[in-house]
Amino acid sequence: MIDGQLPILQVVLPLMMAPVTLILRNPRAAWMLTLVVTWATFTISLSLLMQVLDSGTIIYKIGGWAAPWGIEYVLDKVGAFVMVIVSGIGSIVLTYSRRSVEMEVPEDRIYLFYTMFLLCLTGLMGIVITGDVFNLFVFLEISSLSSYVLISLGKDRRALTAAFRYLIMGTIGATFYIIGVGLMYMMTGTLNMADLSALIPAVADTRTIQAALAFLTVGICLKLALFPLHLWLPNAYTYAPSVVTAFLASTATKVAVYVLIRIVFTVFGGVGVMEGLGVQHILMALALTAMFAASTIAIYQNNVKRLFAYSSVAQIGYIILGLSFVSESGVAAGIIHLFNHAIMKCAIFMGLGCVVLRIGGVTIKDMHGLGHRMPWTMGAIVLGGLSLIGIPMTVGFVSKWYLVRAALEKDMWFIAVLIVLSSLLAVIYVWRIVEAAYLKPVPENAAPVHEAPISMLLPLWVMALASIYFGLDATNTLSIALDAANALLHGGVL
Amino acid sequence: MDAFSGLFNYWIVVVLMMMGFYIVISQQNLIKKIVGLNVFQVSVFVFYISMGKIKGGSAPILADGIEIYSNPLPHVLILTAIVVGVATTALGLALTVRIKNAYGTIEEDEIEAMENTPSNKTPEATS
Repeated sequence: MIDGQLPILQVVLPLMMAPVTLILRNPRAAWMLTLVVTWATFTISLSLLMQVLDSGTIIYKIGGWAAPWGIEYVLDKVGAFVMVIVSGIGSIVLTYSRRSVEMEVPEDRIYLFYTMFLLCLTGLMGIVITGDVFNLFVFLEISSLSSYVLISLGKDRRALTAAFRYLIMGTIGATFYIIGVGLMYMMTGTLNMADLSALIPAVADTRTIQAALAFLTVGICLKLALFPLHLWLPNAYTYAPSVVTAFLASTATKVAVYVLIRIVFTVFGGVGVMEGLGVQHILMALALTAMFAASTIAIYQNNVKRLFAYSSVAQIGYIILGLSFVSESGVAAGIIHLFNHAIMKCAIFMGLGCVVLRIGGVTIKDMHGLGHRMPWTMGAIVLGGLSLIGIPMTVGFVSKWYLVRAALEKDMWFIAVLIVLSSLLAVIYVWRIVEAAYLKPVPENAAPVHEAPISMLLPLWVMALASIYFGLDATNTLSIALDAANALLHGGVL
Repeated sequence: MDAFSGLFNYWIVVVLMMMGFYIVISQQNLIKKIVGLNVFQVSVFVFYISMGKIKGGSAPILADGIEIYSNPLPHVLILTAIVVGVATTALGLALTVRIKNAYGTIEEDEIEAMENTPSNKTPEATS
């Protein structure tokens, strides 16, 4: 009985528990409750993924109403995979969060932090599972509004301006998205994704549908911070509390990428917009620019959090580049990099959270000699950094390998060369941190520093080791990504 | 049908949309930015509402002698969007209050100037 209700539980559980944390008010109790809820959603996600792999797409009709009229929840392979990523990252980050939040968030607001965290999780889960384009907008705004609040909880006053800027740009993105949905509704009279993908080919040549596609793409690209639309991201990641950065960097933009996949390959699946309307080339050009421009900017940053924020913009470029090949291996490379990047960025930002806890700051200067003073923390950060570069035996290598293969399959050898070249830029910015942490002497007047507490190191190393484990044995993740890419490209329908 | 009078509702939508968008981009004052954002969102509300209206259609309530009804769905959708818009505005205004407390100003150029002068620069992640 309960088995059939699992898809809706993913949204309802965090949504219902969010106000409970508000009532609890006690920081410790709120944390415990949130911890239980996120691990529960992670467990459910895993069981849903198994179910999807075994017996195909799960469809859940809310209130028993049939599809085009009622809202349905649809979970296919891509959805289930992204859902596992989001809830997995959520539960690891939350396990880690208690000490870091106590230090970085004012004490009387800690319970609010957990309320917002649960709401954000609700929104992200809802986006992944819903099969209705307007419902998706609502969840998009739930997750966005709560992440503005999460960012503004940072102690630095610049967190406020960063959150405000994100609010303005995020709202513009979301509004563009509903304009697109409205235009699609005008032509088809439906909001259901499967229904839309069946009806759109008949009206695909109209100006209205083309305008809809343009609005949707630009709106979503704002949310996922594709290169020229990434301006909200660096400040938001830099000044948000470390836990928030670790969570948002590895989930929020990833889920936005998932939305792009859904719109381009599912809703517009029957039309082939990627090839037909040249969306492919635009995305490819922007992705390549992101890879180089953002990596170059990253090299010149002195705040390490900001450095990795720019590196995130570059990595999103790799994901979009994979999608823009519109081939099975390309899309699979995009999906697998989505997973891999989530793992390594989560590890890196959690490591930086440990540094903030002990040192109080994360500039390159703060990092001097830190490799000797906090060996476990720095070890994990360096592992994450190596993965960003794409050293063999790390997850980063798997995704780059598939990206290069996808490029060569399409005979775009120059893009393969560019992928390798841009990785060299990652070598430079990661090296700056390694140099500061291991080769620079410890500052003379430095206060003695302890290693981060075990409650933070453990989740950190789970993520760091995961980035090695999935690099050595990528068969599972790869087969899911390939299956998912295959399903998206052929049939396209959910 | 004439390109202007036949589509005048869309003209209003586009004009409002561009006005709002321009205000968001060009204004330095944070409150004015939020107002611009509201105008921008309202244009989308008008767009949805006028989309559901059918010429000669009545309100979608079953009654004798009425054959044509307007489509209620876009109207319902936009109720949700209005709620989202209100929440966004509230949050934006709350952030503006906090920014005013932290910086003493809500002019974006003045805030930027404060951030860029080294003397006022707060160290990274002050506690």
